[in-house]
Amino acid sequence: MTAYLPMGREERREMLASVGVDLDHLFDSIQESQRLKNTDFSGLQKEGVSEFEVVERLTALANLNKRTDDYDSYLGAGFYDHYQPAAVKHLISRTEYLTAYTPYQAEISQGTLQAIFEWQSYISRLSGMDVSNASMYDGASAAAEAALMACREKRLYKVFVSAGMHPEYIETIETYCHAAGVEVEVGALNEAGQTVEFPAEKGYAAFMVQSPNFYGVVEDLSLVVEKAHATGALAAASCDLISLALLQRPGDLGVDIVTGEAQALGIPMSFGGPGVGYMAVTQKLLRKMPGRIAGETVDRDGKTSYVLTIQAREQHIRRERATSNICTAQALMATSATIWLALMGSSGIRDVAEQSAAKALYLQEKLLATGLFENTYDSPVFREFALTAKGDLDLNKLNQDLLAEKIFGGLVVDDNRWLLAVTEKKSKQAMDKFVETVVRLAKAQ
Amino acid sequence: MTMLKDTPLIFTKGSKSFKSSYIRPLDVEMPDLAAYYGDSYRAELPDMPNVDEITAIRHYTNLSNKNFSVEVGTYPLGSCTMKYNPKVNEDMAALPGFANLHPYQACETVQGSLELLHDLELQLNDLTGMDAFTFQPAAGAHGELTGILLIKAYHEDKGHTKRDTIIIPDAAHGTNPATAAMAGYKVREVKSNEHGLVDLDALAEVLGDDVAGLMLTNPNTLGLFDCNIDRITQMVHDCGGLCYYDGANLNPIMMQARPGDMGFDCVHLNVHKSLSTPHGGGGPGAGPVGCKDFLEKYLPRPVVVKEDDGYTLDYDRPHSLGMMRSFIGSFGVLVRTYAYMLRNGVEGLKEVSEGAVANARYIMERVKDYYHLAYDEDCMHEFVISSAWQKEKYGIDTNDIAKRLIDYGFHPPTVYFPLIVHEAMMIEPTETETWRDLDALAQALIDIAKECESNPELVKGAPHGTPIARPDETRAAKDQILTCTD
Repeated sequence: MTAYLPMGREERREMLASVGVDLDHLFDSIQESQRLKNTDFSGLQKEGVSEFEVVERLTALANLNKRTDDYDSYLGAGFYDHYQPAAVKHLISRTEYLTAYTPYQAEISQGTLQAIFEWQSYISRLSGMDVSNASMYDGASAAAEAALMACREKRLYKVFVSAGMHPEYIETIETYCHAAGVEVEVGALNEAGQTVEFPAEKGYAAFMVQSPNFYGVVEDLSLVVEKAHATGALAAASCDLISLALLQRPGDLGVDIVTGEAQALGIPMSFGGPGVGYMAVTQKLLRKMPGRIAGETVDRDGKTSYVLTIQAREQHIRRERATSNICTAQALMATSATIWLALMGSSGIRDVAEQSAAKALYLQEKLLATGLFENTYDSPVFREFALTAKGDLDLNKLNQDLLAEKIFGGLVVDDNRWLLAVTEKKSKQAMDKFVETVVRLAKAQ
Repeated sequence: MTMLKDTPLIFTKGSKSFKSSYIRPLDVEMPDLAAYYGDSYRAELPDMPNVDEITAIRHYTNLSNKNFSVEVGTYPLGSCTMKYNPKVNEDMAALPGFANLHPYQACETVQGSLELLHDLELQLNDLTGMDAFTFQPAAGAHGELTGILLIKAYHEDKGHTKRDTIIIPDAAHGTNPATAAMAGYKVREVKSNEHGLVDLDALAEVLGDDVAGLMLTNPNTLGLFDCNIDRITQMVHDCGGLCYYDGANLNPIMMQARPGDMGFDCVHLNVHKSLSTPHGGGGPGAGPVGCKDFLEKYLPRPVVVKEDDGYTLDYDRPHSLGMMRSFIGSFGVLVRTYAYMLRNGVEGLKEVSEGAVANARYIMERVKDYYHLAYDEDCMHEFVISSAWQKEKYGIDTNDIAKRLIDYGFHPPTVYFPLIVHEAMMIEPTETETWRDLDALAQALIDIAKECESNPELVKGAPHGTPIARPDETRAAKDQILTCTD
């Protein structure tokens, strides 16, 4: 079956014959020895199937999964279940956004270009930074690119990374840095779950932290800036954008590079992607930044226009001397986040942030009151917090038992810590029932 | 009908009194957050407008009308494979059982997704002749980096400390040398011969015991299949290097020939090219990376594993090169890929490639008397013509011709690439265009060639009637207005 081909073979043969080409000799430049002869395939079926059968197969697979809109979920750790207004999906499903390529031809790409410019503006306003790029793959790779960018700027090949960063972010930073010959030093959290010990000596390109960190704890970014700048290093922070509607902006505190994951801006979690990473920097670092950047200009008639700009950093011009190899990133997801921000507005995002904070504190207090847990870290948290199991409470078994009650418990870290996240979507009723269930199941252990 | 309206930035819109109401009212007590967060608290609201829903919808709808897209018309952007993106794939990715999954759910709760990824891995193995895949890479360039890091992990594991160089043809995409540099390698270029293929003598000269590997697209960026590919991969292997296949140009050889059979050791695929997932104006794509058995243990973690009682994610991989990003990958994009693979099967994919090559050959034959054909060889899915004649005779360059194509209702081809062809225009129609569409594109190119002689100013002034005329790019780079400052 040739699902998406408008021409049958006979028409193709006729078309080619009209310009003197023989369909049977189209692939003559591939030597006979190279032609695929294997017909024993392990995954592909010989023939394609109808659209209906595709729907049937994929729906059956989807139905095998347990969903966060059916189960009561307390999972966070980098991806968060915030509400997406219906209009967002409708708008980004418009084919003009969905099926366009990277906006190389500005005259017929003003939609994508202006949407990117608006994204950059939102990111700058939320982070307090001078400039932002058009998007990164995700929060982890954005942090890794920040490490490399700092090394290019400082011509130093060592970075300090807080152990409070998401473990997968740290691992991604290590992958990228190892490749580039950059040393990564991971520094511990103090007993309050904050990063306060930093190297005092010179030689580091950047000090990197995450706020709120992996355990939900709000870090003191001013301290990072002070300590980093004292040794000549750049201060880099990975920040959740919703938290920035409620907390001090890293740019106002002197942070040089801000990155993060923007999936929380209403993008479906989709088992881990696609989300969208972001990166924002000070004006001074602009030319060291990876990725696409949209800028404002005018056309021949003086009309406001947007174009991809400052491209002398990029791979298609600089090749091996480019700031990165990144080109295609997450434009449509950035557009999704932009439209989310437009619809929510300043009051809406503040509301989401306040509710996420308030509900996390409510749940934290209720769970602590059960006597089953103690706070892992006694510090202000945002949307997410870690509890340490007391006595011989088995968190893995608890999670397993919760599944039978249609609840996804928190993420178990190192066997005895439970990382729980709630957003504005979570109702008091659901949390009360969750706490009751936890108490009941813990007693039964 | 589509009306083109002015669309001032969203920041100029909204009202002081409007507040959105998408979320439920708070149902727990509001703590004193200012006291709770202390110095970290920010009293001011974010500097963002409050825009009502219909205003926002009109804004982003009117903006979208200023975009050209695959569903508007033929998009022959060379090397980008702008084929039709099936609608059903969008619906499948949006199924609640796929969209509403947290990446850290227990494996027993995501068996459908893991089965899908496992099946897709087998299908991609069939497609490429590889033995295993990782789904982490988020895009083609990210896949390139993953592939080169696989090669690096292999050499490090074997103690090959001297191998610090990657060989890349002069016709390669810019991402190849940029990737090699990110992976900490030196780049050594190998020249193309008079047929636009890798020059075997030149290759022999650049190979040595410092070579870690070769990066190659085949067919190459001129749209030509390298008939010496067996020799090339053999020569690299003989000197101890590995071969990396850049999958950007896979579309014309699907189920016709496979990188794994050509001697490549690892490969990335651009599912947003050959496998029909939408480009989204610059992502999200996905760049799964496949490899031969001997490299499998170095793949990023986690990988999907099938066991007796179901599917799991294996994180315990001591030789793994690490993680390239968080979580398993852009799953939503991979759902679309899987739907496309199912829909086509072996025979369907084979005919997709035939259609892609036929369509490109047809246009090449139609226009080659009107434009300089840089390499007069039988092309695969794309070909490169040059505006050298027009430039010399009428002072009209490739950019002018590209912009004039917009007036005829087409997206321009890729221009000024590959770098080894002056005034290059790289044309890739893809298999999803009809004979009528192809005729219209060919005729537009011919008509423009004639206009270069009859009315050169018309071509130089193009495009006409677009939302904006040619923008001042120099001014953009100089002024550096990168955010809204209103």
